Amino acid sequence: MPIDVPIVKLTGASKHFSGTRALEGVDFLCRTGTIHGILGENGAGKSTLIKILSGVLQPDAGTVEVNGETVRFSNPTQAAAAGIVCIFQELSLVPDLSVADNISISAPPRKFGLIDRRAQHRRAEELLAQIKCEDVDPNSLVRELSLSRRQMVEIAKALGKDPKVLILDEATSALTSRDVETVYGLLADLKAQNVASLFISHRMQEIEKLCDTLSVFRNGQHIETFAKGAHSEGEIVKLMIGREVTAHYPPKPAPAEKPEYLKIDRLAWEGQLKGIDLCVGKGEIVGLGGLDGQGQKELLLGLFGVLRGLDGDIAINGQPCHPASPAQAKSAAMRIALVPEDRKTEGLMLAMSIADNLLAASYDRISDGPFINPDKARQAVAEGIAKLQIKVASPDDIVSTLSGGNQQKVVIAKWLMTDPDVILLNDPTRGIDVGTKQEIYKLIRQLADRGKTILLYSSDYAELIGCCDRVVVMYDGEIVSKLSGDAITEEAIVAASLNVGTQASTAAAGAHHG
Amino acid sequence: MADIRSALATNMRQNVAFYIAIAMLASLYLVYNLMHPRGFSAAVLIQNSNESVAIIFLAMAQTVPVLLGGLDLSVGAIMTLANCVASVVVNGSPGQIVLGMIITLATGTAFGFMNGLIVVYGRLQPIIATLATGAIAIGLALFIRPVPGGNVDGDISWALTNDLYEFVATYGLFDADAAWFKPIAWIPVPLLIVVVIAFGVWLPFKRTVTGRTIYAVGSAEGAAFMSGLPLNRAKIAAFTLAGFFAACGGLYLAIQTSSGNADITQAGAYTLNSIAAVVVGGTSLLGGVGGAIGSMVGALILRVISFYFRIVSIDPLLQPLIEGLVLLAAVSLGAFRTLQVKNRLNLFR
Repeated sequence: MPIDVPIVKLTGASKHFSGTRALEGVDFLCRTGTIHGILGENGAGKSTLIKILSGVLQPDAGTVEVNGETVRFSNPTQAAAAGIVCIFQELSLVPDLSVADNISISAPPRKFGLIDRRAQHRRAEELLAQIKCEDVDPNSLVRELSLSRRQMVEIAKALGKDPKVLILDEATSALTSRDVETVYGLLADLKAQNVASLFISHRMQEIEKLCDTLSVFRNGQHIETFAKGAHSEGEIVKLMIGREVTAHYPPKPAPAEKPEYLKIDRLAWEGQLKGIDLCVGKGEIVGLGGLDGQGQKELLLGLFGVLRGLDGDIAINGQPCHPASPAQAKSAAMRIALVPEDRKTEGLMLAMSIADNLLAASYDRISDGPFINPDKARQAVAEGIAKLQIKVASPDDIVSTLSGGNQQKVVIAKWLMTDPDVILLNDPTRGIDVGTKQEIYKLIRQLADRGKTILLYSSDYAELIGCCDRVVVMYDGEIVSKLSGDAITEEAIVAASLNVGTQASTAAAGAHHG
Repeated sequence: MADIRSALATNMRQNVAFYIAIAMLASLYLVYNLMHPRGFSAAVLIQNSNESVAIIFLAMAQTVPVLLGGLDLSVGAIMTLANCVASVVVNGSPGQIVLGMIITLATGTAFGFMNGLIVVYGRLQPIIATLATGAIAIGLALFIRPVPGGNVDGDISWALTNDLYEFVATYGLFDADAAWFKPIAWIPVPLLIVVVIAFGVWLPFKRTVTGRTIYAVGSAEGAAFMSGLPLNRAKIAAFTLAGFFAACGGLYLAIQTSSGNADITQAGAYTLNSIAAVVVGGTSLLGGVGGAIGSMVGALILRVISFYFRIVSIDPLLQPLIEGLVLLAAVSLGAFRTLQVKNRLNLFR
């Protein structure tokens, strides 16, 4: 058998969506037993590529070959039957079914034509054990699981299909670092079993560490495929965005004592927040670090009035405040804004226009009495789009037609329109391209310079280090470490996240202050 | 042991609404019997079961499209159509009667199948598609039976609307006075029919890939598509099954009343009550959560509430008002859960 027949081969593949090209004449191949990284900004065509490979989309032109045979998948089932299995960035789990149901959903074990629940349960346990997720109960509903657990269930589900080509589309973005390690180990095992993995990630370190072959896409075209190490990190970034990136993060101002603005005192909720004490100064950016699911999101939601039964005190500018709802939190008395974690469900109304989304939080500013003033509305929309340089054809276009990065800009612009004093950001750069990320970093710094109080949660340590004046690390609902200035290092954050050696890092931070 | 207990706890937590409905039904019916002058008698049980069969079948019919996240406004009309068909064909020799019943059920099933095809390939919202097809079904029913009437076989009518004893005696299957038969002879046949169809059709269906796909579509259609599930088949199956259950209701109504009646008002009332029963039985109108067994309990709760009017002296003019209030109270029970939600974002998920 000739080893040289690639498992997957695309020739001249093109795909257009109503005038815009998503892929243009792409030749691409992938071999068994490799971990193949795919790099590119959002809109570079990576998603379209994997959607074609996994049968969600059909190419307008060009051919797809699997193992040397030309195929045409009309749905994901056919692709899975050919051994191509995709773990999607947007989860493909059904929330109201159990974990076991989900894992075996497309081909459940059957007895007399009916689904054999016991066999299905066993299968779920085996697959979960394979990715070290024994803590997930196969009987629990997917709805009840955290985002990171759901992602692992998604991986178990894909493994259950016995893939020859496994596609991971940002599959690690929501995972805890322990799970990420498990996934790395899993990919190495699969490689040994001659499975090809296609790995899409925005985290360069991840790709560098894991992949043996890299392909760069830009603007719907395949730029280059090369072995790892053939290009330096800088060169790769250059290939991706076609220009050299010099400064990743805007410069930080010299550390200075900021007047205290947001004060959180003994904040507790439902065992997920255990007495949080935190002060954020006016014009200061404080980062929230730690592993996923240690209470960071709950802290932000609590400050924004989403949680019921919150204990403890919150004061803004010395005034005690207890927002009972997001509507109160954004009111003139508090002026809080939250850029939520999931822009597709909590950030945007996907089926509505860009203009309607931008205005959604600030109707009181553009209305005369009960009526929306169209002139003010138009002006506000134009300002919002200009301020964040959102790339739109027309503000009346549906917001879901924008790329991920521009969608996120719409969410941020929407909240800036309310002229907030306290800005809470929940992982604002997740799943968006490098260029937009940098614009957002710059914007965050500008907002701080204009005296806004900013609390930033990020799952990317480099972002915390690059953007924040201070970083607090949370572990199991508590703040275990407060870092500032030069004490904000990757080691310190990682150590605190794992709750090891926190004494030392807190002491170091304290010493720095003193 | 601990495993079983935790599995049981998980089951309880995930089906709170269903268990609440069961407890509510049990207590309502107990109090009803305590208050009834002839409470806990076989006669009362038989009468109550007879009056509940049609709405139970309609509630089960409505459940399946609701699980998809849609509504079927034609279930009452399909029941009426089946009722009229049965009033023509269910008579003659035993063989002809069985054939007539099969024809009746096939009519409703075929009508449901047509609904499914229209929804899937016509790409219409179920609620508007079935509003139209429901009117068509009523039209066909009126065509078959312009005035109420018909001649359903008397024996089958008697046998299926009484207890097992009468059923056995009518057809002389064996000695109805046999000692071994005594303990079960009191069971009302209508109750048995409902239970057999609910557990014999619904539970196995729920365990097929098609059945599970219905839940998946109602819960997250995008995820169901991405998982490569047979979406179209599931949608068509859902409406077909709804047609089948509705036809069961229509057939029973014909047997019970020995006649057919293309009553438009009745069809509408049954459709709306079926939606109420589905909700009371713990099925979410958003789709993906619930089941036909719950709807059966929901329908029974609604019926038991209306039975109360017979033993409590209330001005008949006030009856709809009170029924409305009770229904509102019953569905509000489901809303209590939202008061315990500590993270308000979860209210919208």
